[in-house]
Amino acid sequence: MATLKDATAIVGVGATPYYRRGESLPQTPLEMAGKAVLAALADAGLTVDDLDGFALYSMGFDTALLAQWLGVPDVRFTAMLTGGGGGAAGSVGLAAAAIVSGMAEVVVSVMTLQQAASRFGASYAPRGAKGAVYAAPPSPEGDFVQPSGLMAPGQMFAVLARRHMHRYGTTREHFCEVALSTRANATRRPGALMREPLTREQYFAARMISDPLCLYDFCLECDGAVAVVTTSAARARDLRHPPAYVMASAHGGHGRWGQAITWFGMPDEYFASSGHRPVAQRLYRMAGIGPGDVDVALLYDHFSPMVLMQLEDYGFCPVGESGPFVADGNIRWPGGSIPVNTHGGNLSEAYIIGMTHVVEAVEQLRGTAVNQVAGARVALVTGGPASIPVSALLLHN
Amino acid sequence: MRGVLPPEVINLSPNVWTEPFWRAAAEHRLVVPRCTACGTYRLPPSPFCFACRSQAVEWVEHPGTGTIYSFTVIRHAVIPQVRDALPLVAAVVELPGTGGCRLVGNVVDTDPEAVAVGAPVTTDWYDVREGTTVPVFRLRVP
Repeated sequence: MATLKDATAIVGVGATPYYRRGESLPQTPLEMAGKAVLAALADAGLTVDDLDGFALYSMGFDTALLAQWLGVPDVRFTAMLTGGGGGAAGSVGLAAAAIVSGMAEVVVSVMTLQQAASRFGASYAPRGAKGAVYAAPPSPEGDFVQPSGLMAPGQMFAVLARRHMHRYGTTREHFCEVALSTRANATRRPGALMREPLTREQYFAARMISDPLCLYDFCLECDGAVAVVTTSAARARDLRHPPAYVMASAHGGHGRWGQAITWFGMPDEYFASSGHRPVAQRLYRMAGIGPGDVDVALLYDHFSPMVLMQLEDYGFCPVGESGPFVADGNIRWPGGSIPVNTHGGNLSEAYIIGMTHVVEAVEQLRGTAVNQVAGARVALVTGGPASIPVSALLLHN
Repeated sequence: MRGVLPPEVINLSPNVWTEPFWRAAAEHRLVVPRCTACGTYRLPPSPFCFACRSQAVEWVEHPGTGTIYSFTVIRHAVIPQVRDALPLVAAVVELPGTGGCRLVGNVVDTDPEAVAVGAPVTTDWYDVREGTTVPVFRLRVP
Protein backbone atom coordinates (compact mmCIF):
# COMPACT_ATOMS: atom_id res chain seq x y z
CA MET A 1 0.00 0.00 0.00
CA ALA A 2 1.26 3.46 -0.84
CA THR A 3 2.03 5.64 2.18
CA LEU A 4 3.45 9.07 2.88
CA LYS A 5 6.87 7.65 3.62
CA ASP A 6 9.66 9.88 2.38
CA ALA A 7 7.48 11.45 -0.32
CA THR A 8 7.55 14.96 1.18
CA ALA A 9 9.78 17.13 3.33
CA ILE A 10 9.65 20.18 5.52
CA VAL A 11 11.64 22.85 3.72
CA GLY A 12 10.96 26.03 5.67
CA VAL A 13 10.19 27.12 9.21
CA GLY A 14 9.23 30.55 10.48
CA ALA A 15 7.87 32.22 13.57
CA THR A 16 7.07 35.53 15.17
CA PRO A 17 8.84 36.29 18.42
CA TYR A 18 7.32 34.41 21.34
CA TYR A 19 5.39 36.63 23.72
CA ARG A 20 3.99 36.29 27.18
CA ARG A 21 0.21 36.15 27.21
CA GLY A 22 -1.28 39.36 25.80
CA GLU A 23 2.02 41.01 24.89
CA SER A 24 1.62 40.48 21.15
CA LEU A 25 -0.98 43.24 20.97
CA PRO A 26 -1.75 45.31 18.92
CA GLN A 27 -1.02 42.65 16.29
CA THR A 28 -3.95 40.39 15.54
CA PRO A 29 -3.63 36.59 15.53
CA LEU A 30 -4.12 36.48 11.77
CA GLU A 31 -1.46 39.16 11.23
CA MET A 32 0.96 37.02 13.24
CA ALA A 33 -0.01 34.00 11.15
CA GLY A 34 0.85 35.98 8.02
CA LYS A 35 4.24 36.96 9.42
CA ALA A 36 5.06 33.36 10.31
CA VAL A 37 3.98 32.10 6.87
CA LEU A 38 6.12 34.71 5.09
CA ALA A 39 9.09 33.86 7.31
CA ALA A 40 8.70 30.13 6.67
CA LEU A 41 8.44 30.64 2.90
CA ALA A 42 11.51 32.88 2.92
CA ASP A 43 13.40 30.29 4.96
CA ALA A 44 12.62 27.74 2.25
CA GLY A 45 13.60 30.09 -0.55
CA LEU A 46 10.00 30.21 -1.73
CA THR A 47 7.42 33.00 -2.06
CA VAL A 48 3.67 33.37 -1.74
CA ASP A 49 3.51 32.66 -5.49
CA ASP A 50 4.59 29.08 -4.69
CA LEU A 51 2.15 28.56 -1.82
CA ASP A 52 -1.01 26.64 -2.62
CA GLY A 53 -2.15 24.91 0.54
CA PHE A 54 -3.00 25.31 4.22
CA ALA A 55 -3.06 22.46 6.75
CA LEU A 56 -4.33 23.53 10.16
CA TYR A 57 -5.42 22.05 13.50
CA SER A 58 -6.95 23.09 16.80
CA MET A 59 -9.78 25.06 15.23
CA GLY A 60 -7.35 26.97 12.99
CA PHE A 61 -8.24 30.32 11.50
CA ASP A 62 -9.87 31.84 8.45
CA THR A 63 -7.61 30.91 5.55
CA ALA A 64 -9.85 32.89 3.17
CA LEU A 65 -8.86 36.15 4.76
CA LEU A 66 -5.17 35.27 4.99
CA ALA A 67 -5.07 34.15 1.34
CA GLN A 68 -6.83 37.38 0.40
CA TRP A 69 -4.36 39.48 2.39
CA LEU A 70 -1.28 37.71 1.03
CA GLY A 71 -2.55 37.40 -2.54
CA VAL A 72 -2.04 33.65 -2.79
CA PRO A 73 -2.48 32.97 -6.52
CA ASP A 74 -4.40 29.70 -6.23
CA VAL A 75 -5.48 27.98 -3.02
CA ARG A 76 -5.70 24.29 -3.89
CA PHE A 77 -5.94 22.78 -0.44
CA THR A 78 -7.23 24.15 2.85
CA ALA A 79 -8.11 21.67 5.58
CA MET A 80 -7.84 21.12 9.27
CA LEU A 81 -7.48 18.27 11.70
CA THR A 82 -10.36 18.23 14.15
CA GLY A 83 -9.82 18.48 17.89
CA GLY A 84 -7.31 20.64 19.73
CA GLY A 85 -3.58 20.63 20.37
CA GLY A 86 -3.49 16.90 19.69
CA GLY A 87 -3.21 17.70 15.99
CA ALA A 88 -0.01 19.77 16.09
CA ALA A 89 2.42 17.26 14.60
CA GLY A 90 -0.36 15.78 12.50
CA SER A 91 -0.92 19.05 10.68
CA VAL A 92 2.33 18.32 8.84
CA GLY A 93 1.00 14.85 8.03
CA LEU A 94 -2.11 16.51 6.63
CA ALA A 95 0.11 18.70 4.45
CA ALA A 96 2.02 15.63 3.29
CA ALA A 97 -1.25 13.86 2.47
CA ALA A 98 -2.33 16.80 0.32
CA ILE A 99 0.94 16.76 -1.58
CA VAL A 100 1.13 12.99 -2.06
CA SER A 101 -2.45 12.96 -3.34
CA GLY A 102 -1.64 15.63 -5.89
CA MET A 103 -4.02 18.20 -4.47
CA ALA A 104 -1.32 20.75 -3.68
CA GLU A 105 2.44 21.24 -3.94
CA VAL A 106 3.52 23.69 -1.25
CA VAL A 107 1.50 23.48 1.93
CA VAL A 108 1.96 25.51 5.07
CA SER A 109 1.02 24.26 8.54
CA VAL A 110 0.38 27.16 10.89
CA MET A 111 -0.57 27.92 14.46
CA THR A 112 -1.27 31.39 15.71
CA LEU A 113 -2.24 32.13 19.26
CA GLN A 114 -3.14 35.17 21.30
CA GLN A 115 -4.35 34.79 24.86
CA ALA A 116 -5.00 38.42 25.71
CA ALA A 117 -8.78 38.25 26.09
CA SER A 118 -8.96 34.63 27.16
CA ARG A 119 -6.74 31.87 28.39
CA PHE A 120 -6.41 28.21 27.58
CA GLY A 121 -5.86 27.90 31.32
CA ALA A 122 -9.61 28.38 31.70
CA SER A 123 -10.68 26.49 28.58
CA TYR A 124 -13.55 24.68 30.25
CA ALA A 125 -14.65 27.41 32.62
CA PRO A 126 -18.38 28.04 32.52
CA ARG A 127 -17.92 31.67 31.59
CA GLY A 128 -14.82 33.45 30.41
CA ALA A 129 -13.89 37.09 30.27
CA LYS A 130 -15.87 39.34 27.97
CA GLY A 131 -14.84 38.55 24.43
CA ALA A 132 -13.22 35.29 25.48
CA VAL A 133 -13.11 32.65 22.80
CA TYR A 134 -11.78 29.65 24.68
CA ALA A 135 -14.34 29.20 27.47
CA ALA A 136 -16.36 26.09 26.73
CA PRO A 137 -20.02 26.51 25.90
CA PRO A 138 -22.36 24.50 28.10
CA SER A 139 -22.88 20.94 26.91
CA PRO A 140 -24.78 17.88 28.12
CA GLU A 141 -21.44 16.06 28.41
CA GLY A 142 -19.75 18.93 30.25
CA ASP A 143 -22.52 18.77 32.85
CA PHE A 144 -20.93 15.55 34.08
CA VAL A 145 -17.54 17.16 34.78
CA GLN A 146 -17.69 20.94 35.13
CA PRO A 147 -19.79 21.11 38.36
CA SER A 148 -16.85 19.43 40.13
CA GLY A 149 -14.71 22.51 39.51
CA LEU A 150 -12.63 20.88 36.77
CA MET A 151 -12.46 23.71 34.28
CA ALA A 152 -8.78 23.92 33.34
CA PRO A 153 -6.80 21.39 31.29
CA GLY A 154 -4.12 21.27 33.98
CA GLN A 155 -6.64 20.29 36.62
CA MET A 156 -7.94 17.56 34.37
CA PHE A 157 -4.54 16.15 33.48
CA ALA A 158 -3.73 16.17 37.20
CA VAL A 159 -6.36 13.44 37.54
CA LEU A 160 -4.49 11.31 34.98
CA ALA A 161 -1.19 12.06 36.70
CA ARG A 162 -2.58 10.96 40.07
CA ARG A 163 -3.78 7.70 38.55
CA HIS A 164 -0.32 7.13 37.05
CA MET A 165 1.24 7.72 40.48
CA HIS A 166 -1.17 5.28 42.07
CA ARG A 167 -0.81 2.59 39.45
CA TYR A 168 2.92 2.73 38.78
CA GLY A 169 4.52 4.45 41.76
CA THR A 170 5.43 7.58 39.84
CA THR A 171 6.30 10.52 42.11
CA ARG A 172 6.56 14.30 41.98
CA GLU A 173 10.33 13.83 41.80
CA HIS A 174 9.76 12.43 38.32
CA PHE A 175 7.58 15.36 37.25
CA CYS A 176 10.29 17.63 38.65
CA GLU A 177 12.95 16.01 36.49
CA VAL A 178 10.90 16.77 33.37
CA ALA A 179 10.53 20.41 34.43
CA LEU A 180 14.21 20.79 35.31
CA SER A 181 15.53 19.04 32.21
CA THR A 182 13.31 21.11 29.94
CA ARG A 183 14.27 24.35 31.65
CA ALA A 184 17.97 23.53 31.41
CA ASN A 185 17.53 23.31 27.63
CA ALA A 186 15.64 26.62 27.49
CA THR A 187 18.33 28.53 29.39
CA ARG A 188 20.64 28.22 26.41
CA ARG A 189 18.11 29.15 23.79
CA PRO A 190 17.64 32.75 22.60
CA GLY A 191 13.97 33.56 22.27
CA ALA A 192 12.92 31.22 25.07
CA LEU A 193 10.67 32.96 27.57
CA MET A 194 12.09 31.16 30.62
CA ARG A 195 15.88 31.36 30.61
CA GLU A 196 16.58 31.39 34.33
CA PRO A 197 17.77 28.03 35.62
CA LEU A 198 15.27 26.13 37.74
CA THR A 199 16.32 24.15 40.80
CA ARG A 200 14.75 21.21 42.55
CA GLU A 201 14.30 23.42 45.63
CA GLN A 202 12.39 26.02 43.61
CA TYR A 203 10.23 23.31 42.10
CA PHE A 204 9.18 21.89 45.46
CA ALA A 205 8.70 25.36 46.98
CA ALA A 206 6.34 26.42 44.17
CA ARG A 207 2.66 26.77 44.85
CA MET A 208 0.44 23.83 44.16
CA ILE A 209 -2.05 24.59 41.39
CA SER A 210 -3.98 21.36 41.17
CA ASP A 211 -2.43 18.69 43.36
CA PRO A 212 -0.26 16.78 42.34
CA LEU A 213 0.67 19.45 39.76
CA CYS A 214 2.52 22.57 40.90
CA LEU A 215 3.33 25.76 39.03
CA TYR A 216 6.32 24.29 37.19
CA ASP A 217 4.37 21.31 35.91
CA PHE A 218 2.30 23.71 33.81
CA CYS A 219 3.31 25.05 30.41
CA LEU A 220 3.49 28.75 29.67
CA GLU A 221 0.60 30.84 28.37
CA CYS A 222 1.88 32.61 25.29
CA ASP A 223 1.15 34.56 22.15
CA GLY A 224 2.84 34.04 18.80
CA ALA A 225 2.68 32.22 15.51
CA VAL A 226 4.70 29.42 13.95
CA ALA A 227 4.55 28.11 10.38
CA VAL A 228 6.29 25.25 8.58
CA VAL A 229 6.32 24.65 4.83
CA THR A 230 6.09 21.16 3.37
CA THR A 231 6.58 20.22 -0.27
CA SER A 232 7.39 17.18 -2.39
CA ALA A 233 10.69 15.41 -1.79
CA ALA A 234 11.72 16.09 -5.39
CA ARG A 235 11.14 19.82 -5.08
CA ALA A 236 12.67 19.90 -1.60
CA ARG A 237 16.08 18.85 -2.88
CA ASP A 238 16.45 22.07 -4.89
CA LEU A 239 15.64 24.44 -2.02
CA ARG A 240 17.80 26.33 0.46
CA HIS A 241 18.13 23.88 3.32
CA PRO A 242 18.68 20.14 3.63
CA PRO A 243 15.17 18.65 3.58
CA ALA A 244 13.62 17.20 6.71
CA TYR A 245 11.86 14.25 5.11
CA VAL A 246 8.48 13.13 6.44
CA MET A 247 9.11 9.47 7.27
CA ALA A 248 5.66 8.97 8.71
CA SER A 249 2.74 10.75 10.29
CA ALA A 250 -0.32 9.43 12.06
CA HIS A 251 -3.22 10.80 14.02
CA GLY A 252 -6.35 9.56 15.76
CA GLY A 253 -6.69 7.31 18.78
CA HIS A 254 -8.93 4.67 20.28
CA GLY A 255 -12.59 5.71 20.08
CA ARG A 256 -12.96 5.05 23.79
CA TRP A 257 -10.09 7.45 24.47
CA GLY A 258 -12.57 9.88 22.97
CA GLN A 259 -12.91 13.18 24.80
CA ALA A 260 -10.34 11.95 27.32
CA ILE A 261 -9.87 14.58 30.02
CA THR A 262 -13.31 16.02 29.61
CA TRP A 263 -15.09 12.76 30.36
CA PHE A 264 -12.73 10.44 32.31
CA GLY A 265 -14.41 7.26 31.08
CA MET A 266 -11.42 5.83 29.23
CA PRO A 267 -10.75 2.12 29.84
CA ASP A 268 -8.50 1.42 32.81
CA GLU A 269 -5.88 -0.15 30.53
CA TYR A 270 -4.93 3.24 29.09
CA PHE A 271 -6.55 5.80 31.40
CA ALA A 272 -3.14 6.81 32.79
CA SER A 273 -1.61 7.20 29.35
CA SER A 274 -1.14 9.90 26.75
CA GLY A 275 -3.72 8.33 24.42
CA HIS A 276 -0.94 7.95 21.86
CA ARG A 277 -0.38 4.17 21.91
CA PRO A 278 -2.29 3.25 18.73
CA VAL A 279 -0.91 6.31 16.92
CA ALA A 280 2.66 5.42 17.91
CA GLN A 281 2.26 1.90 16.56
CA ARG A 282 0.95 3.11 13.21
CA LEU A 283 3.66 5.75 13.04
CA TYR A 284 6.54 3.33 13.55
CA ARG A 285 4.97 0.84 11.14
CA MET A 286 4.74 3.43 8.37
CA ALA A 287 8.31 4.57 8.97
CA GLY A 288 9.67 1.04 9.28
CA ILE A 289 11.62 1.96 12.41
CA GLY A 290 11.28 1.63 16.17
CA PRO A 291 11.90 3.85 19.18
CA GLY A 292 15.55 2.79 19.29
CA ASP A 293 16.09 4.54 15.96
CA VAL A 294 14.89 7.94 17.21
CA ASP A 295 17.68 10.40 18.06
CA VAL A 296 15.67 13.24 19.58
CA ALA A 297 12.07 13.39 20.83
CA LEU A 298 10.03 16.57 20.80
CA LEU A 299 7.12 15.54 23.00
CA TYR A 300 4.17 17.86 23.53
CA ASP A 301 4.63 19.09 27.09
CA HIS A 302 1.61 21.04 28.26
CA PHE A 303 1.98 19.29 31.62
CA SER A 304 5.10 17.49 32.80
CA PRO A 305 3.48 14.10 33.64
CA MET A 306 2.23 13.82 30.07
CA VAL A 307 5.84 13.72 28.88
CA LEU A 308 6.32 10.66 31.08
CA MET A 309 3.28 8.94 29.63
CA GLN A 310 4.41 9.66 26.05
CA LEU A 311 7.84 8.17 26.78
CA GLU A 312 5.95 4.98 27.59
CA ASP A 313 3.48 5.15 24.72
CA TYR A 314 6.27 5.75 22.17
CA GLY A 315 8.22 2.79 23.54
CA PHE A 316 11.26 4.56 24.98
CA CYS A 317 10.58 2.64 28.18
CA PRO A 318 7.98 0.06 29.23
CA VAL A 319 4.54 1.27 30.31
CA GLY A 320 4.71 2.32 33.96
CA GLU A 321 8.48 2.79 34.05
CA SER A 322 8.83 6.35 32.82
CA GLY A 323 9.48 7.71 36.32
CA PRO A 324 12.66 5.72 36.97
CA PHE A 325 13.57 6.20 33.28
CA VAL A 326 13.74 9.99 33.60
CA ALA A 327 15.31 9.77 37.07
CA ASP A 328 18.22 7.95 35.42
CA GLY A 329 18.91 10.98 33.23
CA ASN A 330 17.64 9.45 30.00
CA ILE A 331 15.86 12.57 28.67
CA ARG A 332 18.71 15.00 29.38
CA TRP A 333 20.64 16.88 26.74
CA PRO A 334 23.45 16.13 26.27
CA GLY A 335 24.11 12.58 27.25
CA GLY A 336 20.65 11.09 27.75
CA SER A 337 19.64 8.03 25.77
CA ILE A 338 16.79 10.02 24.20
CA PRO A 339 17.10 13.81 24.63
CA VAL A 340 13.62 15.32 24.98
CA ASN A 341 12.48 18.85 24.17
CA THR A 342 15.92 20.24 23.46
CA HIS A 343 14.30 23.60 22.64
CA GLY A 344 12.75 24.04 26.07
CA GLY A 345 9.30 22.87 25.08
CA ASN A 346 5.95 24.31 25.98
CA LEU A 347 7.11 24.35 29.58
CA SER A 348 10.01 26.78 29.22
CA GLU A 349 10.54 28.05 25.67
CA ALA A 350 7.05 28.99 24.50
CA TYR A 351 3.61 27.47 24.15
CA ILE A 352 2.38 27.86 20.58
CA ILE A 353 0.27 24.70 20.82
CA GLY A 354 3.13 22.42 19.84
CA MET A 355 4.37 23.92 16.58
CA THR A 356 7.64 24.96 18.23
CA HIS A 357 8.37 21.24 18.54
CA VAL A 358 8.18 20.84 14.76
CA VAL A 359 10.58 23.76 14.30
CA GLU A 360 13.04 22.21 16.73
CA ALA A 361 12.90 18.85 14.94
CA VAL A 362 13.79 20.59 11.68
CA GLU A 363 16.66 22.50 13.29
CA GLN A 364 18.00 19.28 14.82
CA LEU A 365 17.95 17.58 11.40
CA ARG A 366 19.60 20.57 9.73
CA GLY A 367 22.28 20.46 12.41
CA THR A 368 21.57 24.03 13.47
CA ALA A 369 19.84 23.48 16.84
CA VAL A 370 21.09 25.42 19.84
CA ASN A 371 21.19 22.21 21.86
CA GLN A 372 22.25 20.04 18.96
CA VAL A 373 22.04 16.28 19.35
CA ALA A 374 25.26 15.13 17.69
CA GLY A 375 24.60 13.36 14.42
CA ALA A 376 20.80 13.46 14.76
CA ARG A 377 19.19 11.56 11.90
CA VAL A 378 15.65 10.87 13.11
CA ALA A 379 13.35 13.18 15.09
CA LEU A 380 10.00 12.36 16.65
CA VAL A 381 7.40 15.10 17.12
CA THR A 382 4.12 14.60 18.94
CA GLY A 383 0.94 16.58 19.31
CA GLY A 384 -0.73 17.13 22.62
CA PRO A 385 -2.08 14.33 24.69
CA ALA A 386 -5.68 15.47 24.34
CA SER A 387 -9.02 14.36 23.02
CA ILE A 388 -9.00 12.56 19.66
CA PRO A 389 -7.05 13.13 17.51
CA VAL A 390 -3.61 12.93 18.99
CA SER A 391 -0.88 12.89 16.38
CA ALA A 392 2.77 12.36 15.62
CA LEU A 393 5.40 12.91 12.99
CA LEU A 394 8.72 11.25 12.24
CA LEU A 395 11.28 13.25 10.28
CA HIS A 396 14.72 12.30 9.02
CA ASN A 397 17.50 14.06 7.16
CA MET B 1 -21.78 21.75 52.50
CA ARG B 2 -18.05 22.51 52.27
CA GLY B 3 -15.98 21.88 49.11
CA VAL B 4 -18.42 22.65 46.30
CA LEU B 5 -18.66 25.37 43.66
CA PRO B 6 -20.91 28.38 44.28
CA PRO B 7 -24.30 27.97 42.59
CA GLU B 8 -23.75 30.77 40.07
CA VAL B 9 -21.13 28.78 38.17
CA ILE B 10 -23.22 25.61 37.93
CA ASN B 11 -25.63 25.76 35.03
CA LEU B 12 -26.66 22.47 33.51
CA SER B 13 -27.73 22.05 29.91
CA PRO B 14 -29.33 18.62 29.71
CA ASN B 15 -30.55 17.09 26.47
CA VAL B 16 -33.06 14.34 25.86
CA TRP B 17 -30.45 11.67 26.68
CA THR B 18 -29.14 13.14 29.94
CA GLU B 19 -32.32 14.65 31.28
CA PRO B 20 -33.49 11.45 33.11
CA PHE B 21 -30.20 11.41 35.05
CA TRP B 22 -30.71 14.97 36.28
CA ARG B 23 -34.38 14.48 37.00
CA ALA B 24 -33.47 11.55 39.27
CA ALA B 25 -30.63 13.58 40.80
CA ALA B 26 -33.12 16.25 41.79
CA GLU B 27 -34.88 13.49 43.73
CA HIS B 28 -31.53 12.41 45.23
CA ARG B 29 -31.51 9.17 43.26
CA LEU B 30 -28.55 7.95 41.24
CA VAL B 31 -29.55 6.28 38.00
CA VAL B 32 -27.25 4.90 35.31
CA PRO B 33 -28.36 4.13 31.76
CA ARG B 34 -28.01 0.50 30.70
CA CYS B 35 -28.34 -0.75 27.15
CA THR B 36 -31.55 -2.73 26.89
CA ALA B 37 -30.10 -4.82 24.07
CA CYS B 38 -26.75 -5.93 25.53
CA GLY B 39 -26.71 -4.76 29.14
CA THR B 40 -23.71 -2.44 28.87
CA TYR B 41 -23.82 0.59 31.19
CA ARG B 42 -22.62 3.97 30.04
CA LEU B 43 -21.92 7.40 31.53
CA PRO B 44 -22.51 10.11 30.61
CA PRO B 45 -25.77 9.06 29.00
CA SER B 46 -25.45 9.11 25.21
CA PRO B 47 -27.55 8.24 22.15
CA PHE B 48 -25.77 4.95 21.36
CA CYS B 49 -24.45 1.93 23.20
CA PHE B 50 -20.71 1.93 22.50
CA ALA B 51 -20.67 -1.88 22.58
CA CYS B 52 -23.66 -2.82 20.36
CA ARG B 53 -24.84 0.58 18.99
CA SER B 54 -28.41 0.04 20.15
CA GLN B 55 -30.29 3.18 21.19
CA ALA B 56 -32.60 1.42 23.63
CA VAL B 57 -31.90 2.32 27.25
CA GLU B 58 -33.22 1.46 30.68
CA TRP B 59 -32.41 3.51 33.76
CA VAL B 60 -31.03 1.45 36.62
CA GLU B 61 -30.93 2.77 40.14
CA HIS B 62 -27.49 2.57 41.78
CA PRO B 63 -26.81 2.74 45.54
CA GLY B 64 -24.09 5.35 44.96
CA THR B 65 -21.38 3.53 46.83
CA GLY B 66 -18.08 3.47 44.97
CA THR B 67 -14.36 3.98 45.18
CA ILE B 68 -12.16 6.90 44.23
CA TYR B 69 -10.47 6.07 40.92
CA SER B 70 -8.43 9.26 40.84
CA PHE B 71 -8.70 12.87 41.99
CA THR B 72 -7.06 16.26 42.15
CA VAL B 73 -7.07 18.93 44.83
CA ILE B 74 -7.79 22.24 43.14
CA ARG B 75 -5.91 24.98 45.01
CA HIS B 76 -5.80 27.77 42.44
CA ALA B 77 -8.79 29.82 41.31
CA VAL B 78 -8.95 29.66 37.51
CA ILE B 79 -11.85 32.10 37.59
CA PRO B 80 -12.52 34.48 40.49
CA GLN B 81 -15.93 33.01 41.26
CA VAL B 82 -14.38 29.83 42.68
CA ARG B 83 -11.83 31.48 45.01
CA ASP B 84 -13.87 31.21 48.20
CA ALA B 85 -14.66 27.55 47.53
CA LEU B 86 -11.01 26.40 47.54
CA PRO B 87 -9.59 23.89 48.11
CA LEU B 88 -11.87 21.71 46.02
CA VAL B 89 -11.41 17.95 45.77
CA ALA B 90 -12.53 16.85 42.30
CA ALA B 91 -12.78 13.08 42.17
CA VAL B 92 -13.48 10.44 39.56
CA VAL B 93 -15.45 7.69 41.26
CA GLU B 94 -15.94 4.20 39.89
CA LEU B 95 -19.39 2.71 40.42
CA PRO B 96 -19.23 -1.03 41.14
CA GLY B 97 -21.58 -3.25 39.19
CA THR B 98 -21.67 -0.94 36.17
CA GLY B 99 -18.78 -2.36 34.17
CA GLY B 100 -16.51 0.50 35.15
CA CYS B 101 -18.76 3.53 34.77
CA ARG B 102 -17.37 6.59 36.46
CA LEU B 103 -18.94 9.68 37.94
CA VAL B 104 -17.11 12.98 38.53
CA GLY B 105 -17.83 15.20 41.51
CA ASN B 106 -16.50 16.86 44.63
CA VAL B 107 -15.55 15.00 47.78
CA VAL B 108 -17.25 17.26 50.33
CA ASP B 109 -16.83 18.13 53.99
CA THR B 110 -13.39 16.55 54.18
CA ASP B 111 -9.76 17.36 54.77
CA PRO B 112 -8.17 16.98 51.30
CA GLU B 113 -5.31 15.09 52.93
CA ALA B 114 -7.77 12.32 53.87
CA VAL B 115 -8.67 11.64 50.23
CA ALA B 116 -6.86 8.77 48.50
CA VAL B 117 -7.19 6.64 45.38
CA GLY B 118 -9.14 3.54 46.32
CA ALA B 119 -10.97 5.18 49.21
CA PRO B 120 -14.62 4.08 49.51
CA VAL B 121 -17.23 6.80 49.12
CA THR B 122 -20.96 7.24 49.13
CA THR B 123 -22.85 9.54 46.81
CA ASP B 124 -24.59 12.53 48.32
CA TRP B 125 -26.41 15.40 46.64
CA TYR B 126 -25.69 19.11 46.35
CA ASP B 127 -28.93 21.00 45.81
CA VAL B 128 -27.67 23.90 43.76
CA ARG B 129 -31.06 25.52 43.27
CA GLU B 130 -34.65 24.46 42.71
CA GLY B 131 -34.56 21.71 40.07
CA THR B 132 -30.74 21.51 39.88
CA THR B 133 -28.90 18.93 41.98
CA VAL B 134 -25.46 17.50 41.28
CA PRO B 135 -23.77 14.42 42.75
CA VAL B 136 -21.03 14.80 45.36
CA PHE B 137 -19.18 12.21 47.42
CA ARG B 138 -18.46 11.57 51.07
CA LEU B 139 -15.63 9.44 52.35
CA ARG B 140 -17.01 6.26 53.86
CA VAL B 141 -15.47 4.60 56.86
CA PRO B 142 -15.24 0.96 55.79
